[in-house]
Amino acid sequence: MHRYSAFSLLRHALTGHRGWAPAWRDAEPKPHYDVVIVGGGGHGLATAYYLAKLHGIKNVAVLEKGWIGGGNTGRNTTIVRSNYLLPGNAHFYEHSLKLWEGLSQDLNFNVMFSQRGVINLIHSDRERDVLAGRYNAMRLNGIDAEVIDTKTLAKLVPSINLSPDIRFPIQGAVLQPRGGVARHDAVAWGYARAADALGVDIIQGCEVTGIVQDGSKVTGVETTRGTIGAGSVGLAVAGHTSHVAAMAGLTLPIETHLLQATVTEPVKPFFDTVVSSAPAHVYVSQTDKGEVLIGGHIDGYNSYSQRGTLPRIEDILASAVELFPRLSRLRLMRQWAGVMDMSMDGSPIISKTPVENFFINGGWCYGGFKATPGSGWVFAHTIAHNRPHPLNEAFHLDRFETGHVLDERGAGPKPQAH
Amino acid sequence: MLLIPCPHCGERPENEFSYGGDGTVERPTDPAAVSDADWHAYVYRRANPKGPHVEYWYHQFGCRSWFKVRRDTHTHEILPLEDETS
Ligand SMILES: Cc1cc2nc3c(=O)[nH]c(=O)nc-3n(C[C@H](O)[C@H](O)[C@H](O)COP(=O)(O)OP(=O)(O)OC[C@H]3O[C@@H](n4cnc5c(N)ncnc54)[C@H](O)[C@@H]3O)c2cc1C
Ligand SMILES: [Zn+2]
Repeated sequence: MHRYSAFSLLRHALTGHRGWAPAWRDAEPKPHYDVVIVGGGGHGLATAYYLAKLHGIKNVAVLEKGWIGGGNTGRNTTIVRSNYLLPGNAHFYEHSLKLWEGLSQDLNFNVMFSQRGVINLIHSDRERDVLAGRYNAMRLNGIDAEVIDTKTLAKLVPSINLSPDIRFPIQGAVLQPRGGVARHDAVAWGYARAADALGVDIIQGCEVTGIVQDGSKVTGVETTRGTIGAGSVGLAVAGHTSHVAAMAGLTLPIETHLLQATVTEPVKPFFDTVVSSAPAHVYVSQTDKGEVLIGGHIDGYNSYSQRGTLPRIEDILASAVELFPRLSRLRLMRQWAGVMDMSMDGSPIISKTPVENFFINGGWCYGGFKATPGSGWVFAHTIAHNRPHPLNEAFHLDRFETGHVLDERGAGPKPQAH
Repeated sequence: MLLIPCPHCGERPENEFSYGGDGTVERPTDPAAVSDADWHAYVYRRANPKGPHVEYWYHQFGCRSWFKVRRDTHTHEILPLEDETS
């Protein structure tokens, strides 16, 4: 791997930038791998990277039906945070956030991780109690967290609407200063390049269409490019988790739903944090290009279409305009949707399964981007050692049957939780 | 915009409705006689197909009836319910 640096940039500038080599090989599938990872999103690529780097397992393939990063990795609003209450979630997401903090150096690829702070607005006394309780718990867990008043909020986000006459008047906020955003494509490309350098085959345009089983054991996968043998198979297919797991005979506590996002035309920078509101259900940030990036809640019915409908976007935009009235005159440039693996308790599943050599990483709901480094890190450990790391023990598939659900919102068995 | 066929009101825009999820899971009739595994299947496990899906819809801002619809989760096409077994 040719290392990227200011010096290499300068050297290539002298030759008109015509000498750059591809960042990863376009590999042909081999007949057999020690580990096959299905899904070339951030999670699958990170898993392959950590398998090779930390566990010495280098005979690994990542199979992607389209192009890497073309799924939710390339469609998400890139918010990274670790503001969780329950111990099973808190330590995992904090580990992930720590990996983000060193990721550009580790991968020698600028993932543009920007710790600009993530703000959650408080709109009622009840919400203050719940959020202050959660943010205090975070501090006890050693995670940075602050409760702020509207005066501080007005300083951090001068353009926010603090009028008492809006549908959900703002009474304060909580802030995780180390939270922020990252460059989505760079995460996929950075992991792909670093994994490839360690010997991992990244195979695009290769859809898994069947799971080959010998008794209760998985021995490979059928794909649109032939059958590929595997010592172990790990799924990291996000919205398609149920679909691919069904090929191995599993029925999961997951529903697939649409989540939409949209960006406005670019404007001059006017706020430099991430602002979100639970009751209005909207989150807003401004990208490095100046576009205002707006996300909200799921469309609300099972769908694999990757196409959202307008009523939800209208709803999300109404909330965004209420928080930032100045957005009302901006034009939208793009609107899109991804398919979300909504688990029944709102927490992920990173686990062994009843089928031998078959591992699942899914149920990310709409918060899996921030988990990318941590998810790959613990999934690689789980596959390499055939048992979970302490950081993902709580994400076991069995928890729904044994009653150990991780229901962060206290919403009961519903795929609409986070 | 989905047009949901309410049996009472005909096709109406999706934002008049709320969604009730998989219409094929059935609540066990005798809770005392049900195994943990069966409860688990009823409460948590869903087939979540990519394709035809029988699901509940509720005409919340209309006639307020609950009914089943068969819809393709990949194309959003509304399909005849009678084919349910095919
Ligand atoms: C609009 C939107 C906003 C979001 N906002 C945030 C946010 O702000 N913060 C956050 O943390 N998370 C967010 N998320 C969630 C986050 O994007 C996902 O949880 C996360 O990206 C999922 O993991 P992944 O990156 O591996 O998935 P993906 O990038 O979706 O990767 C899965 C890959 O599997 C491939 N695949 C599927 N089936 C097969 C098959 N049979 N064979 C081969 N390959 C297959 C797909 O093509 C896909 O490339 C958002 C998602 C959306 C859609
Ligand atoms: Zn009706």
